[in-house]
Amino acid sequence: MHKYVFRRLLMLIPVLLGVTFIVFSIMYMTPGDPAQMILGEKAPAEAVERLREEMGLNDPFLMQYGRFVKNAMMGKFGRSYTTNREVFAEIFSRFPATLQLASLGVLIAVAIGIPVGIISATKQYSLFDSISMIAALIGVSMPNFWQGLMLILLFSVYLGWLPSGGYGGFANFILPALTLGTSSAAIITRMTRSSMLEVIRQDYIRTARAKGVNEKTVVNKHALKNALIPVITVVGLQFGYLLGGAVLTETVFSWPGVGRLLVDAIKQKDTPMVQATVVFIAVTFSFVNLGVDILYAFVDPRIKSQYK
Amino acid sequence: MIKMTETQASVPTTPKKRSIWLEVFRRMSKNKMAMFGLAIIIILVLTAVFADVIAPYEEVAIKQNLAQRLQGPSAKHWLGTDEFGRDIFARLVHGARVSLKVGIVAVGISILIGGTLGAVAGYYGGKIDNVIMRAMDIFLAIPSILLAIAIVSALGPSLFNLMLAIGISSVPSYARIVRASVLSLRDQEFIEAARAIGASDFRIVTKHIVPNALAPVIVQGTLGVAGAILSTAGLSFIGLGIQPPAPEWGSMLSGGRAYLRYAWHVTTFPGLLIMITILALNLLGDGLRDALDPKLKQ
Repeated sequence: MHKYVFRRLLMLIPVLLGVTFIVFSIMYMTPGDPAQMILGEKAPAEAVERLREEMGLNDPFLMQYGRFVKNAMMGKFGRSYTTNREVFAEIFSRFPATLQLASLGVLIAVAIGIPVGIISATKQYSLFDSISMIAALIGVSMPNFWQGLMLILLFSVYLGWLPSGGYGGFANFILPALTLGTSSAAIITRMTRSSMLEVIRQDYIRTARAKGVNEKTVVNKHALKNALIPVITVVGLQFGYLLGGAVLTETVFSWPGVGRLLVDAIKQKDTPMVQATVVFIAVTFSFVNLGVDILYAFVDPRIKSQYK
Repeated sequence: MIKMTETQASVPTTPKKRSIWLEVFRRMSKNKMAMFGLAIIIILVLTAVFADVIAPYEEVAIKQNLAQRLQGPSAKHWLGTDEFGRDIFARLVHGARVSLKVGIVAVGISILIGGTLGAVAGYYGGKIDNVIMRAMDIFLAIPSILLAIAIVSALGPSLFNLMLAIGISSVPSYARIVRASVLSLRDQEFIEAARAIGASDFRIVTKHIVPNALAPVIVQGTLGVAGAILSTAGLSFIGLGIQPPAPEWGSMLSGGRAYLRYAWHVTTFPGLLIMITILALNLLGDGLRDALDPKLKQ
C-alpha cells in the first residue's frame, strides 16, 4: 500500500511540471508588456526597457520558464501587479473561504445525493424515482451562476431572509453552499442510482435474498458497500471541482475566495496572480484526485490486494 | 464488417451505412424523453437559422431604446426589455445563433484534435501512445473551465478565441474515448484483412477504424455541445466571452444582474433558456447512448 501511495506521489511530479508549463506558456502568449503595465502607459521607453531587463523578460522562453518553475517550487510567484503583495500570501489568505464553501457544498451534495440515489434505485420506476430523476436532470442542466441568482432573487430580494452575498456569518454561507451543493447533488444522485442498480442485479444479492435475508439488510449491508465505491470517486471529483471550479458561484455571491481572486486578476491583467492561482487550483485538484484514488484503493479490496 | 472488400468499399457501403443510422433512430424514437429533447433542439436550430425573419437584428436586438428600459413582459415585448430597452425575446432568438455556433464549433475542434490524438495513440501504441496520453493527463489536471478561462484571458475575448478555448479544454476526454475504441478495434480481423491486402495506415484509420469508433464520440459530442454552451455562458458571465452589444445568453444574464431587484425577467429568461437547451441536449445524448449501446440491442 505504501508503495502504491509513493508511486502515485511520484507520478504527480511530471503532471505538475506539465501544468506549470501549460500555464506559463498560456500567460507567455498574453499580449501586453508587464513592464509597461507596472510603470504605466506614460513611462519613458528606457525605463520600461530597464525594468524588462531586470525582470528577465528579455530572456529566451525556456530560461524564463526554468526560472518560473524554480521560483514556484519555493512558493515564489512574484508580487501582484496591482496590490504589490506576494501572490501566494494573497491566495493562502483567500483559500479558507473557498475551502469552507466547498466543504459545506459537498456535505449538502452527499446528504441529498446518496440517500435519494439509493431510494431511487431500490424503488426503480416508482413516483419517487421519476421525480428525483427529473429533479436531478434539471439540476445538471442548470447553469450554476444562474441558479445562484435565482436563489438570491427568491431568498434575498423577495423574502428578505438571507443576505445576497458577502462573507461573514453562517447566513452568508447558506445560498452559495446550496448553489454548489444542489448541482453536485444532482450528479451524485445519478451516479449512486446507476451504481446501485448495477449492484442489485448481481448474483450475490439474489443469493442473499434467496437465503432469506431481509430487504433492509440486503440493501444496507450487501449492496451499499459495493455500490458506493464508484460514488466515492464522483464525490471526490466534485470536491476537487468545487475547490477550483467555483469561480462563477464565488463571483455571483461576492465570495472572497480563490475563484473570485482569479476572475479579478484576469480583469486587471495581473499575470503573476493569474499564473499562481491557476497553478494553485490545478495542484489542489491533483492532490484531491490523488487522495480519492488512494481512498479508493483502501475501500476496494480488489485494488488493495494488488499492492500488498 | 461489411468493409472487408477494400476495393469496392465506397459503392456498397453507402446504402448499408444509412440503414444503420436509420436503425439507431428507430430505436431512439421509442424513447420519449430523447425525442422530446430532439424536438426542442430542432426548434432551437430553426430559430437560429430564421433569427432574422423572427426579429430584425440591428433594429430590435441591438439598437438601444432607453425610453423603454427594464419593462416587464407584455404583449409588445413578450419577455420584457433589458437595461438598454432592447427586446429580450429578440435577443434570445439571436443569442441562439451564437450559442449553437459556439457549441458546435467548439465540439468540432475538440473532436478533430482529440480524435486525431486518440486515434494515433491507440493505433500506434507504445511510446507515441505514452507521450500523447501523459500530455492529456496533464491537461486533465486543470479543471476545463479554468483552462478555458486562462486561454481566453491570454488570447483576448472574441468569438473565435472562445470557441478555440472551449474546444481545447475538452480535447483530453475525446482523446481518451477515441483511443479506447481504437484499441478495441485495432486487433480485429477486418483490420488485419485490410492490412494484408496492403492498405496504408492512413487508409485503415480513416476508412475502417474511424467509422466504427464513431458511436461513443457522437454521444460524447452531443453532451459536449451542452457543456460548451454552459462554458460559453459562464465565460460571458464573467466578461470573458462574447462582448456586448452582441446578444449572448450568458452576457444577457450578467447584464441583468445589477437590476435583479427591479427587473427579475432580465436574468430569469436567459437562464431558463440555457437550462432548457442543456436539458434537451442531455436528453438527446442519453437517448443516443442507449440507442447505440450494443448491449441493449434486441
